Amino acid sequence: MTNLITEIPGLNLALPELILAIGAMVLLMIGVYSGKSASGLVSGLAIALLVAAGFMLFTSNETGTAFSDAFIVDDFAKLMKLLVIAGSVLAITMSVNFMRREQIDKFEFPVLIILATLGMMLMVSANGLIALYLGLELQSLSLYVLAAINRDSVRSTEAGLKYFVLGALSSGMLLYGASMIYGFTGHTDFAGIAEAMGGAGRSLGLIFGLVFLMAGLAFKISVVPFHMWTPDVYEGSPTPVTAFFSAAPKVAAMSMLIRVVIDAFEPIASDWQQILVFMAIASMALGAFAAIGQTNIKRLMAYSSISHMGFALVGLAPGTQAGVNGVILYMIVYMVMTLGTFVCILSMRRKDGMVEEIGDLAGLSKNNPTMALFLTVLMFSLAGIPPLAGFFAKYFVFLAAIQAELYTLAIIGVLASVVGAFYYIRIIKIMWFDEGEDSFLPMPGELRLVLGASGVFVAVFYLFAGPLFAITSGAASSLF
Amino acid sequence: MFDMPLLTIVTFLPLVGALMILPITMGDKDGEFELAKRNVRNVALFTTIVTFLISLLIWVEFDNSVAGFQMEENVEWIGPFMSYHLGVDGISMLFVILTTFLMPFAILASWTSITKNIKQYMIAFLILETFMIGVFVALDIMVFYVFFEAGLIPMFIIIGVWGGKRRVYASFKFFLYTLLGSVLMLLAIMAMYWNAGTTDISVLLTHTFPAQMQTWLWLAFFASLAVKMPMWPVHTWLPDAHVEAPTAGSVILAGVLLKMGGYGFLRFSIPMFPLATADFTWLIFALSVIAIIYTSLVALMQEDMKKLIAYSSVAHMGFVTMGMFALNNFGIQGSIFQMLSHGLVSGALFLSVGVIYDRMHTREIDAYGGVVHRMPKYAVVFMIFTLANVGLPVTSGFVGEFLILLGTFQANSTVAFLATTGVVLSAAYALWLYRRVIFGRLEKESLKSLLDLNSREKLILYPLVVAVIFFGVYPTPVFDVTQASVDALLTNYHAAISQAGN
Repeated sequence: MTNLITEIPGLNLALPELILAIGAMVLLMIGVYSGKSASGLVSGLAIALLVAAGFMLFTSNETGTAFSDAFIVDDFAKLMKLLVIAGSVLAITMSVNFMRREQIDKFEFPVLIILATLGMMLMVSANGLIALYLGLELQSLSLYVLAAINRDSVRSTEAGLKYFVLGALSSGMLLYGASMIYGFTGHTDFAGIAEAMGGAGRSLGLIFGLVFLMAGLAFKISVVPFHMWTPDVYEGSPTPVTAFFSAAPKVAAMSMLIRVVIDAFEPIASDWQQILVFMAIASMALGAFAAIGQTNIKRLMAYSSISHMGFALVGLAPGTQAGVNGVILYMIVYMVMTLGTFVCILSMRRKDGMVEEIGDLAGLSKNNPTMALFLTVLMFSLAGIPPLAGFFAKYFVFLAAIQAELYTLAIIGVLASVVGAFYYIRIIKIMWFDEGEDSFLPMPGELRLVLGASGVFVAVFYLFAGPLFAITSGAASSLF
Repeated sequence: MFDMPLLTIVTFLPLVGALMILPITMGDKDGEFELAKRNVRNVALFTTIVTFLISLLIWVEFDNSVAGFQMEENVEWIGPFMSYHLGVDGISMLFVILTTFLMPFAILASWTSITKNIKQYMIAFLILETFMIGVFVALDIMVFYVFFEAGLIPMFIIIGVWGGKRRVYASFKFFLYTLLGSVLMLLAIMAMYWNAGTTDISVLLTHTFPAQMQTWLWLAFFASLAVKMPMWPVHTWLPDAHVEAPTAGSVILAGVLLKMGGYGFLRFSIPMFPLATADFTWLIFALSVIAIIYTSLVALMQEDMKKLIAYSSVAHMGFVTMGMFALNNFGIQGSIFQMLSHGLVSGALFLSVGVIYDRMHTREIDAYGGVVHRMPKYAVVFMIFTLANVGLPVTSGFVGEFLILLGTFQANSTVAFLATTGVVLSAAYALWLYRRVIFGRLEKESLKSLLDLNSREKLILYPLVVAVIFFGVYPTPVFDVTQASVDALLTNYHAAISQAGN
């Protein structure tokens, strides 16, 4: 083993990925040979495996590139991978109880999450178009299956199919864009693309390639106008899968987008800036207005995530280090808030099964004051009200936009956040002001833990905002 | 004398009280529930009283001769972007005292009228107190903004959960209206950061922003502060919020939250954007005069007591903005005094309405009449507050209003002339309200069993009577505190204007 690592240069940079890849195969074998009862065991092992990979990532301080510059590990990649792993671990944790009760506790579920995580880590580390596509497809194919994991449910299979068809279309666009970029620059690695552009200037073909590439990436982070799949897939998938969709893959796709625009297309910043500004404005506005009419809380969270991705893009549009720093911070806070909210959605279970209507939260403040308190904190944070974490996240992306003098973007953005505040406080209103119905079943222990952690993170964010800010700005500076 | 972070202690003490209430479990049995309820109330009252007493130390420690900030605390927070910087000067110090002074009354006013979710209610109020004090002691503009906005959360819950029939509408309107104004101010703060390189208020006060930029910044701040104040025409959230809020919520809303707008003008708009201030004085004068005359007329026609007082608050805040932008010593001193006095008087008026509301459960003016026959003590107290609201000499209301008119006459006599009619109108609506509720024959059956003030209500109202008359007769302690800071504010303002003129 030692020999192998020294012989292939830079292989140890990819050690966490290797562990996950081999571990996933082993877990698959364990699952296959021990039958249906294995799902608990496999879930536990999967969490252990992810934690091990995360720990390895956390302790190693090696940075550099491997596999002929196709794979890069820097502080940015490390931080985003840790986030992705954390999102996956939490998603598995949150799923165990739900899957057992709904009798869809298949051992494939944790294995697929590991494979998706592997794909996401590749996306984060991709330093060229080929590695990018490989990671993206590994992740996407796993996600398609996850969406349809509840085979006997029409809604779930429909969600899976929709996701697959639209996802394939977007992959196609992305590939088409990548081929044009290669055709006009002669390179597939990001540094080479940037260099070729610096010398020859931009050409119309290259711009076309960029647009197609961005369209493919926009689909993955579900921003307008490539957001159509989100509400249906969110609503149809089993809730833990939705929770997973809304967290880790968004982080991975956003980091990929950051790397592409900053590393590869830096010379034509003004071109992609227009695209990002448009997508940001459209997402913030559509997310805010469309969420108002929703009654299903999962659909509401879908529109909420669309508008949050719009806010994150506000930070990316300036293309500055401060902006990227803001995006990273935003993604961290967004992930914590979303997972906390999904814990609450997972806890909306009555004797006769799950409920998903917002109206079902009525009277929560009386029946379960603790859950109501935490959900209230999370909703105010999602709305971006200080002193909660969501406010600081928004603050730093808008700060970057103001620095770059993108005033129109900033003004529309903050106005959209006021519209967005309306539907978040509507949920609070239902919990606190409306008279109650039956209470929910008690929350399982592991869900309490996740909800408590995310609620406390959001509520006392200002206490550790300083150190966290130092970490994210370190990560952001490694890109420039 | 004291080597401890006094301002931090006063700011966060209520929060500690809230955390102490949190673990109290409300038992299911009647006995346990009563005990828990008593504990919750006592902890809340005790916390607010202790906070008030400690905040008096700030006044004791305060050096009247210093124009700048005192008792500063500065700790690093988030890199170069914001720091935890606190301090007080002559403009802000008395607002801290006003806040801590009114809170025990708010708690006492909720003693028996709140029965539902009393634990959450008290926690919300204590958290609100922390946020309110934080607004006045913050010396970093981001710390200010965080506290300024955070106050929306508890107030939204207070109006929405414990409010009247249209509480949902009122709470949403309050929340969204205020938020909409504030986000524009937030963008202005960001622009200021990139221009000046800091969010520290004491540094920003010495920074000169480009003239063109000042205009935009001033307008963005105006969007937020005018809503908070509230100025005509963005005052419409206030009557709704006041009418639906529980008594204590109205007291705090009128007593403290409205003052944040005026405080913001004095702290940011006037000293930081002097050129824009000079350009927009006409706008403030126009809106103030409209507010004074128009809302006074509207107040005349109200049938709901709380709504009437709410409109009268808008009119009084019109005086405050007018005095401030007169930009002379009388005007600014008067407007600060008027804000403090209005905090006491409007708070006291809402408490007085609460007294009869608790008995009759209606705020319709027509439902009353001849109350004096059953409640003579109440009639006297209510009379004093009504006259203070009108601005009769010997009450605190007179001092502020008189100085403001004096200052405005210096600046613009037409404006002052128009505003003076507002004084007459305010006498009309306030005295008419008094006549319809208190005087007349006691004809309505439902009123015949009314009882006069009980000891808890006396405890609430009598100290306020004393305060209102004391500051009406002897306002000097207040002016001593504010004098140095107001002088400095005006000197800097005129220096900036004359510098730009060259």
